[in-house]
Amino acid sequence: MTSNEFIILAIVATSGATYISRLLGAITSKKVSVKSKIFYWFNCVAYSTLAALLGRMIIFPAGVLSSSELAIRLIVFTASISLFILTKKNLVLPTIFSGLLLATLNNF
Amino acid sequence: MINSKVFFLGLKSLKGTRSPAIPLAACFIALGALLKDAGFNIQQSAASSFFTYALPGQLVMAESLLVGASILNIFIAVWLVNFRLYPLTVSLFPLLEHKSQPKWKYYLSCHFLAVSSWLIAKDTYKKIDKKHRIDFWIGIGTGTWFTAVLMTAIGYLSADLLNKDMLIGLAIVNPVYFFCMMIGAMKNMSVALSVILGTVLGPTIYLISAEWSLLFAGLIAGTVAFLIGEKNDK
Repeated sequence: MTSNEFIILAIVATSGATYISRLLGAITSKKVSVKSKIFYWFNCVAYSTLAALLGRMIIFPAGVLSSSELAIRLIVFTASISLFILTKKNLVLPTIFSGLLLATLNNF
Repeated sequence: MINSKVFFLGLKSLKGTRSPAIPLAACFIALGALLKDAGFNIQQSAASSFFTYALPGQLVMAESLLVGASILNIFIAVWLVNFRLYPLTVSLFPLLEHKSQPKWKYYLSCHFLAVSSWLIAKDTYKKIDKKHRIDFWIGIGTGTWFTAVLMTAIGYLSADLLNKDMLIGLAIVNPVYFFCMMIGAMKNMSVALSVILGTVLGPTIYLISAEWSLLFAGLIAGTVAFLIGEKNDK
């Protein structure tokens, strides 16, 4: 078990490390024009960083997801994205479906 | 001070077929259960989501605690994984900028910056008059943030009722939601390329450096997509 003081310090460190990036972003934003090239570059980097995070979450997940098999995760992912396209971009159905399908397949 | 009509419009984005409420609930319930496992009490679990509100960083914190990492190590690891919030903020906040709005709104509400709120705001900001976009954003952020804190507490309380398969099912919901949202956003070549290259490079660079993979993958994929998009998106 971790001590209470250590947990509180960890929460403070985590919150600080996270807020720094947000605040720096808000400060930088004051100097960035929507029509500038740098804004478009940031937009591309934002989408690709996010995609990189998601790719990593599916292929090399952290936490509880890592105890499921990669092949099963890929099947669930592909099926859910297909459902998203088939339902004309409904977001609720594929997300619920993905959770149920993975929990079921992981049981076999 | 805050235009309540626009604020509630932002808050209402939690409803409907594009709502982030279900994926947010799923992943923060799973997080609450994990934090219980890591030795947190319920107040600490809720405080973690209240003050941090960024799931990958919170996961890193919980896992670092479980393996006995130092506070400095936790700080650096979280900073690296949450640095993605910097380009996310810079690619959204200029769209919300208006001279008549006070600066404190921007500096405080940047705390609401998370993938789900960012994706919703990018998807819907055009519908809102420029002057009130920051209030719309505060509405979106308040809703998603409150959901995250509440669900962390619920996850903590229901940890004993959740078996491993259920937790695994909950954990996949969020990446699937985010990916669907990103596919929806692929309306021009630069964004489409950013998403495709980022998805490939993220796990690839992870094989070389786990800690720096997000930063490098984001920078390389984003820059390549920007350069190609510059020539083709007209």
